[in-house]
Amino acid sequence: MKDVELKMIERAKELLASGEVARVIGWKKGEFYFDPVPASFETVEELDSLVYNYFCGANLSKYLIEMSKKEGKTAVFLKPCDTYSFNQLVKEHRIKRENVYVIAVECLAKLDINKIKAQGVTGVTDVEVVDKQVKVTSLYGEVVLNKPDVVLEKCSVCQKTHQVKDEEIILHERPERDVNRFAQVAELEAMTEDECFAFWRNQLSKCIRCNACRNVCPACSCVKCVFDNPASGIAAKANDDKFEEQLFHIIRAFHVAGRCTDCGECSRVCPQNIPLHLLNRKFIKDIDSFYGEYQAGETAEGKTPLTEYTEGDTEPNDVFKGEAK
Amino acid sequence: MQDVTTEKKEFTPNIVAFCCNWCSYAGADLAGSSRLTYPANVKIIRVPCSCRVNPMFILKAFQQGADGVILCGCHPGDCHYVTGNYYTRRRIALLYSFLNYMGIEKERTRLEWVSAAEGARFSAVMNDFVKTVTELGENKRLTDLRVKEGE
Ligand code: SF4
Ligand code: SF4
Repeated sequence: MKDVELKMIERAKELLASGEVARVIGWKKGEFYFDPVPASFETVEELDSLVYNYFCGANLSKYLIEMSKKEGKTAVFLKPCDTYSFNQLVKEHRIKRENVYVIAVECLAKLDINKIKAQGVTGVTDVEVVDKQVKVTSLYGEVVLNKPDVVLEKCSVCQKTHQVKDEEIILHERPERDVNRFAQVAELEAMTEDECFAFWRNQLSKCIRCNACRNVCPACSCVKCVFDNPASGIAAKANDDKFEEQLFHIIRAFHVAGRCTDCGECSRVCPQNIPLHLLNRKFIKDIDSFYGEYQAGETAEGKTPLTEYTEGDTEPNDVFKGEAK
Repeated sequence: MQDVTTEKKEFTPNIVAFCCNWCSYAGADLAGSSRLTYPANVKIIRVPCSCRVNPMFILKAFQQGADGVILCGCHPGDCHYVTGNYYTRRRIALLYSFLNYMGIEKERTRLEWVSAAEGARFSAVMNDFVKTVTELGENKRLTDLRVKEGE
């Protein structure tokens, strides 16, 4: 990944120096090696602090809502999954496409620091990945971990490819993957109502309403969110009872239905490790099975499942558990 | 006079029915003027079109103590606004399926198309829905504890 990083810095410097773009959005070192943070670079010197490593899971698309309104072009590094969010935001007229220069960067799956820590490895200072092996250097020495055990959930089921690019930086070949992202949703669907309720009650009562999932979500880009409206009666920050948590999550999932690209950011940032992707994927799975397969963000044009209809659509009374009664 | 302070009464569910102005509400009206009955615990909320119903209305009804929510609109193809109920159908299909996925009993939510001429059907639908929800019992899963306090 170091070679990719160097290439990215070099290219970004060229773009800035030539005046082709006014700023570059990428990642820079966070407090630790394993928490690079999204950053905007406006000078060639600043670019020396750009990083690209196996922890750059953050999706940069959402920042373009504000950045593309600024004077001059903005260059951005997008991983395959990020390009879907980008397209979706262009489609919703939130990003000014003509003001953005997209550099598609390779991904090869990002790692989940929590999963690494769960394996007893702390103080990570460097990571290299070779095939299915993750070589972790930490303050306490070196360990080799099994890659499937430590990748982000979103990466473990990813089959995405770059949907937009003005140019690309791809130095390695991407391994083939054959996965079913709906496996867990199907497991839940097969459970009884009582079991489903117990599962979600247990998960959602962990929620502290930090709003991180909403704030990171590229689909949640309303200027005024319904949950910020004090008159709505649902604006409570902390979970004052079980209903609040459910309401927040049901409404949030519904609001992004048909627009969620399954970028996995919500699950990645949740400090309580709530499997939020299982909420959004239920909508995706239902949309696929009721109205035909649909991937949000695959293109920046066309209709969306909730803004069109056919005369013979499934009746609501017949859809429970994704199958006719 | 009945003493309401002693003996807990038999369970009668609170039902919220969202009815569109042009068909289902008129259907309810016809049921009334034809002297057909439907249970008094069905609280009708008139909306301009079934597609006016934001999923939040439905959740809010449950939050405030509804035991069942039914949404009624014009038959597909007959919408006063031409296409409103087609959008309703998609949204509500996804919402009900999702609520069930979260463990909310599927019998608690329903959607029926009732035209202005179907007074008898309106009454039959409501009687049937009330019966179903009565058998199911109280809504405990999607309720705000604060609302039920002190009951
Ligand atoms: S709901 Fe989650 S997975 Fe979907 S677009 Fe938002 S952050 Fe990404
Ligand atoms: S990120 Fe997690 S804890 Fe925070 S509001 Fe979302 S679900 Fe709740």
